Amino acid sequence: MEGEQDLYLGELEMKPPKNAPETDSKAKEITRDGAKEGRQEVSQEELKNAYQSATEDPEKLRKMIPDTIVNMVESTDRLVPQSRRPLLKAIFDKAYPVLATVMCIAIIALLLVTVSWMPPFGSADNPTSNEVAQRYIEQGLEETGAVNIVSGMILDYRAFDTLGESNVLFIATIAVMILMRLDSKEEKEQLSAEEAAYTHENTLEPEHDAILRSVAFLLVPMLLIFGMYIILCGHLGPGGGFSGGAVIGASLILYANAYGFQKMEKLFTAKTYKAISFCALGFYALAKSYSFFTGANELESIISAGTPGRILSAGLILPLNICVGLVVACTMYSFYVLFRKGGY
Amino acid sequence: MLEISEWVRFLAGAAFLLIGLIAFLLEVFGVFKFHYVLNRMHAAAVGDTLGLGASLVGLMILNGFQFSTLKMGLVILFLWCASPVSSHLISRMETATNPDLEKECEVTEL
Repeated sequence: MEGEQDLYLGELEMKPPKNAPETDSKAKEITRDGAKEGRQEVSQEELKNAYQSATEDPEKLRKMIPDTIVNMVESTDRLVPQSRRPLLKAIFDKAYPVLATVMCIAIIALLLVTVSWMPPFGSADNPTSNEVAQRYIEQGLEETGAVNIVSGMILDYRAFDTLGESNVLFIATIAVMILMRLDSKEEKEQLSAEEAAYTHENTLEPEHDAILRSVAFLLVPMLLIFGMYIILCGHLGPGGGFSGGAVIGASLILYANAYGFQKMEKLFTAKTYKAISFCALGFYALAKSYSFFTGANELESIISAGTPGRILSAGLILPLNICVGLVVACTMYSFYVLFRKGGY
Repeated sequence: MLEISEWVRFLAGAAFLLIGLIAFLLEVFGVFKFHYVLNRMHAAAVGDTLGLGASLVGLMILNGFQFSTLKMGLVILFLWCASPVSSHLISRMETATNPDLEKECEVTEL
């Protein structure tokens, strides 16, 4: 049996022997340029053959297209008689640039009209010079308990806005998942087996790089601790959930690059992502609902601002920073994995 | 007496900052001047290590002995770990993927 030593614990992990998929031995030669062309050569040749055999035989070509699409095309074909088609095309070719220009001018005019509705520059009753900014500076420390006034603003006065931002990150990840994630399990397994075989053989992949590995071994724990420090001290100094989450996400990406996705999958899978995002966003929404509810109805809140400057102070700001940091870190790592590999 | 030590500190800090700024200028010049990726990478690495290191040492001298001085030292340590490794990975990628490497530079087979 093969074994690999765990980095931080020193245990020997047993691994099942890999059964690498068989491919053309010629294409697998690891030469300087063979490394990048090896895989493409096979697939391009196959594609070419498939294309040629299909174009020679119309019956075969017809079979490759689903019936529904053929029916759809045929039904739209019947809408316009054959004789009138050149005329329609000429009209379309003429009308398209004209319509595009008109649309552009209309949008520009609309935007200019909107600009003219803006308050005049330097006027005393502009929104920029109302009492809100003054109040943040004068009473922010007292009301929120956060020494870092920016944290006090984004996670207390404007916490609803920050919840929206976290949700934007979540929705962006979901959109990327919809576009990039491989659906079928077989496809995913085949791809990851191929990927593993490829990286196993290709010594130029970063996973085989001793320098990167040893530096990542040193840096990843440091980066994780530094990211947590930034998140946890967000209400005491510069920092907070967004920047700390970005540091943690970057360290996860570094780890995945240096040691491979298979090691990373023990810690972080799609399931982990769902659980963390759901819990963080749900807790954020509930906690902030509570504080909005008590604030709006002038009820006594059990969350106190505490002593400014302590680590456990500033009421909800610390837990909300943690939530935002978790969401940001997960989003960064998920983007990387989805674009690189198409799934966890 | 105290005045002189203050002056020495200021001058030392300023000198280090100046060295760092010159290194940054060379970096920017090199990145735009060179055409081949390995040459440009070399120029960029000068700024990342020497430029940032010298500027931060200058700031540390000017700042005096504080908690933030320690943080600046850690930044130098981090960048000196991370920047050469990233350059190494870029050069490795270049040698792995460029089929016409011999045209650009001398290649020694190991």
